[in-house]
This record gives sequence, C-alpha cells and structure tokens, in this order.
Amino acid sequence: MSEIEKERIREKESVVVEGITLTGQWNRMFEQRVVWDYDPTNLEKVVNLAGGESLGWCYQCGKCTGVCPVDHVGSYSPRKIFSKVRSGLDLFTDPDLWLCTTCGNCLRVCPKGVDMLQIMPAVREQVVASGAAPPELQQAFENTFRYGNPLGEPARKRADWTKEAGVPVPVVSQLKRPVDVVFYVECYWSYHLRGKQAAQAMARTLHRLGIDFAILGMEEKCVCDTQRAAGEKGLFELFTEQNIATLGKYQFTTLMTPDPHAFNAFKNEYPKYGATLPVVHYTQLLAPLVATLPFVRELPYRVTFHDPCYLGRQNGEYESPRQLLKAIPGLQVIEMLRCRENGYCCGGGGGGMWLGSFAAGHESERLSERRVKEAVSTGADVLAVCCPFEVSLFEDAVKTTGNSGKLIVRDIVELLDEACTPKTEVSIA
Amino acid sequence: MNLLVPLKMVPDLVEELTLNEAGTGLDRDALTYKLNEFDDQALEEALELKALHGGTVIVAGLDTPDIDQVFYTAIAKGADRAVKITGQFDPLVDSWTAAAAMAPVVASLEVDLVLAGVQAPDDLYGQLPVLLAGRLGWPHVSVVSGIELDPQARIARCHQEYSGGVMAAMETALPAVLGVQAARKTPRYAPISRIRQVMKEAKLEEVAAAPAADGGRPKVRRLFKPESQGHARMLEGDVTSQIEQLVGLLAERGLLKVRV
Repeated sequence: MSEIEKERIREKESVVVEGITLTGQWNRMFEQRVVWDYDPTNLEKVVNLAGGESLGWCYQCGKCTGVCPVDHVGSYSPRKIFSKVRSGLDLFTDPDLWLCTTCGNCLRVCPKGVDMLQIMPAVREQVVASGAAPPELQQAFENTFRYGNPLGEPARKRADWTKEAGVPVPVVSQLKRPVDVVFYVECYWSYHLRGKQAAQAMARTLHRLGIDFAILGMEEKCVCDTQRAAGEKGLFELFTEQNIATLGKYQFTTLMTPDPHAFNAFKNEYPKYGATLPVVHYTQLLAPLVATLPFVRELPYRVTFHDPCYLGRQNGEYESPRQLLKAIPGLQVIEMLRCRENGYCCGGGGGGMWLGSFAAGHESERLSERRVKEAVSTGADVLAVCCPFEVSLFEDAVKTTGNSGKLIVRDIVELLDEACTPKTEVSIA
Repeated sequence: MNLLVPLKMVPDLVEELTLNEAGTGLDRDALTYKLNEFDDQALEEALELKALHGGTVIVAGLDTPDIDQVFYTAIAKGADRAVKITGQFDPLVDSWTAAAAMAPVVASLEVDLVLAGVQAPDDLYGQLPVLLAGRLGWPHVSVVSGIELDPQARIARCHQEYSGGVMAAMETALPAVLGVQAARKTPRYAPISRIRQVMKEAKLEEVAAAPAADGGRPKVRRLFKPESQGHARMLEGDVTSQIEQLVGLLAERGLLKVRV
C-alpha cells in the first residue's frame, strides 16, 4: 500500500477500518489548514492593545457586513477588517483605520461582541501618537486644543450666537445663583451658521417653556467625544478635566446638550473621571413638556427622522425625538426603512466629520448622500435631525445628490420653534 | 551638533485685529498669540536634521504671552531643551530687541547652527536672522530650503530660490545662522497626551536677558487699516464707445505717448 508523505502527515491511499475500506482522503482533515498559514503579527498588534482584544473574537459570520454603513459605499465591515488583518493588512497604516464612524450597528448584531467602538479608538490612539493621522484630522485636533473647538473659531466668539436669539440667554457665571438647566451648547451649535440658528431656536423654546436656564459662555469647551473616538484620547482627557472643573463651579439640576456625542461622553465617559452629571439630550428635556408649548400654526410637512447613532444605538433613546415631532400640529412623520436600532449613519461620527476629503478617496459616495437619497425616497419633504453634525452634512448631501428643492434639513428644535412662530415671521424655504 | 531654533509669538489672526486708542499699534487686550509659522518650519527642519545627524535641538524664545505652551509643544515634538529668556518684553517685541536679547544666550549654549524662521508677520523683511548673525559675528544665509549638514567638515549647504526659476546652491561654514523658508516636510503633529506629559515632567530653563543699549530703532507714529485710494470705474456703452472712453482716459492721465 503506497503512502504519501505530506507536511507531518503520512497519508495512505486507502485503509481498511473494521472491514470497511476508506480512501486516503479522510486523512486530509489532519492536514494543516490554510488558516494556520496566516502570519498572526498584524492581528496580534491589534488584539494586544487594551480595547483591541475583541477583533480576535470574530468568527466570520458576516452579520455586520449587512448593516455596516461604510460597507454600503466600499469594502468594509468588521468581518472584512478582521479578514484583511488576518491575511496581512496592517490596520496601523491602512486607510481603512479611518473610515469607521463608530456608528455601532455592527456591535448591535454581532454574536461575539466584536466592538469597533473600542477597537478603532485603541488603534487610532497609537497612530495619532506617532503623528501619522490624516492631516485634516490633525488640524481638527489642533484647533480643538488651541481654541476649544474643532472649527478653529475664536473662543471669545463662542456665545456670539446669542445676540440673534431674540431672547435673553444668561451666562451662568454672571447669574451668581443656582440655575435649573445648564445648556451645554457644544461647538457646531456655537459656531456653524446653521447650528447657531438651531441654538437660537432652542433658546426661544426654553423661554416659551419658562425654563430657568443658562449657558457657560466662553467657559464652555468642546467635550471631545468624537476626538476620543478618532484617537486623540489625550485631548479628550485634558478637556474632560477642564470641563469637570468648570461645571463643578456651578449649581444646576440638569445638564442639557443638543449634541448626542457630548451626551454620550457626559453619561458614559465622565463617570470614569469622577463626574456623575445629571445629563439629558435636549429631546429628553423637551419631550415631557412639549404639550405645554404654545403652538400657533400647523406645519404641513411630511417629515422623516434620522436617528443619531450616539443618541439611539449608543444610548437607547429613540422615542423622545419622535414624541416631539408627533406633537407638532399638521406634521406627518414617515419612517425610513433604516431607522431606530438599524438607523443609517450620517458619516460624521468617529472623526468622519473632519475626514471628508480623506474618506472621499476610499468610498463610492458619502454616507450622508446615501442617507439623503433614502430620505427622498420616502416622499418626505423635510429631513429632521437632532445632532449638530447632521445639518451641515445632510444639507451638503442634498445639494450634491441633486435634491435641492425636494428636501430640506431641519433640526427638530427648529421645527418646534417654527410651529410656535406666527407665519409672517418665518418661512421654511 | 547643537541646533537652536528661536521661537517668536505673533498675533493669532483668528481674532480680529483692532487698533489701540492712540492709533499707534494693535489693541493688546484683544490679542491672542500663536507661534510664528515660519518658526514652526524651522523647528521641523531642525528635528529632521537631528534625526539624520544626531545632536540636540534647543528652542529659545523671549518671555512673552503663551510662549510656555509653545515650548512644551516643541519638546513634545522632539526638542531637547527649551530656554526662556526672561525680562520685560513687549508681547510684540521687535526684531532688534529680540536679536539683542538672544545673541548672548545663543553664544553661551555651544550652538553649531541657528535655524530661524525666515520672517514673521511683523518682520516681513526677515531682520531677526540677519541681526542675530550680525551680533554673533557668524555667517548668515536667509530664505533657504533644502538644508544639508556635513558635521565632519562643519559645513551647511542650502538652497536659495531666485525669481525666474533659478536656484542657488550655497554653503557656509559653521557656526552659522540660516533663515528657513520651508522645512523638507510639513511640521509634525504633537499628540496632546505627549504635550500633557511634557507639561508635567519637562523643565523650562530660564536665562535673564542681559541689558542691551537701545539702538534707536524706529517708532511707529501711526498704524492704520489700508485706506482705499480710488475705486474701479465701469465703462458703459457699446464696445466702440468703451474703447473711445478708455483711450481718452489713458491720454488724459498721460499714459499714452501718441496724441489722440
């Protein structure tokens, strides 16, 4: 009987076991499988990092691939990342490292708990520390470090939006008394043109509800949760210490922010640094009070709502934004196919907000463009949002997808404000 | 090789510039300061040269607002020492005073090469490297890029770009002062965690500035925003009429030699 020597296994052409003749093929199960041939170096580099461990747990089921927003515009998804890393891709130098928006939809469906919200920041932190992050991202980090906001706007102008609010917006340091609500405006509502309009609508809404509120004014600094997810943990820690010290100077019962990323940090990260804050997203503050808003007109809009990843999936809040929308007279809410737990991502999270040019070279279209097309397909004429990143991303995407005139983008608080304003004073177009 | 990079703070233009009441300078209360960007180029070039040849990079600057943060950032990027020259300095110190304060410090530090930013927003003529070299009695080349060092021969080679696509390759004996126009690569990023670590651990050295005689440098009598001298005038009418008006205007202003 002939034998084949292969690797360490001696394979017989056939063998008789208990009277049954078996071919030599059965031996092959003892051969070295191809998977053993992979060089584990690059995978080990990731899984050996604190936070990177779970990449090694992937068993390639592929559930994430169907829900990963980046995979819809490229070849991505955690399964593919694992597969690429195992077969030689160095995540530390590959552009793939920067495309994940930490939207968390993969983690929702993953049976093994492969957690990109931990893996990506852990690897990025190493790369940021080596100075090899994409320059546009470094610019956002430097701006934040220097000016307290990633837009590179002067700290002195942080409260300039209040001048056009039409109502007084007190600064907590000048009140010299406890206040019910500290309104943590965050950067895009403080500086971005469309964000400022939402901040002003918020101030008017708080006034209509008779809420005792104040802002931090020039003392407010970026919460940096997105910089953290993008790998600048040092920046996050620096500002966390400063923000905790600032907030610690004042007495308030509620900390309210419009930014789901800031909300996420206050709720889930700040306790690690010793601060337990009574934080709510603005939709959570307003939802129980919306019946008392003095609506004066109907808004005849068909509205579809985009769930922010860091409000919905990361923090489980899906109802408050919808309660607000449904309370507006005349307004009809249409859901997109991908909503709530399966909501698509605007592309701004995890540093995506500052990686537009970089990502454009690696994706077939922007995530915001995908989402805008989906919103248009519902027949909605308004895309409602409640995250400060989204207005600018989606308004750009409306233009670049040729949907100007078909869809407008509004923050929920702008819609509330509009419904409380007589028609002569405001126009949606 | 010891490389020294002078660092200078300049107004951050993210804030609007306003004039002081006397109209002789900027309103200092409305200013924030940042590192002169050419100095950042010089620092990057110094760090690259250090990576090639070893040695140390020393940053030095006058005690002006916010300069400590710039020192810490420079150390986080890889500078070995930071020397703060203390004294009573105007935050917008002029190059003559800066060179006078800096020269004795440079002379005391066994420096082989000074890499200075070629110019600053308030020193467009790039006087600092020239004045510093003059006070030290060292050779000086300014507006340079493409720096190469030969530590054995104690020579620095560099390029100076002229108009018309002409490039000069120059060399100078060390020690010398170079006015750096551009580093070989974009200035590096300093991770914030490293800056924070540096702020906790690094010590800034301090040297008191030696008193220097005032050289009678110029005083600013008036600082003002550019005043519009005239406005564009649009010519109306058809093309022939526009041409006639244009020729007439040129003749009227004495810009035509041929009488129309």
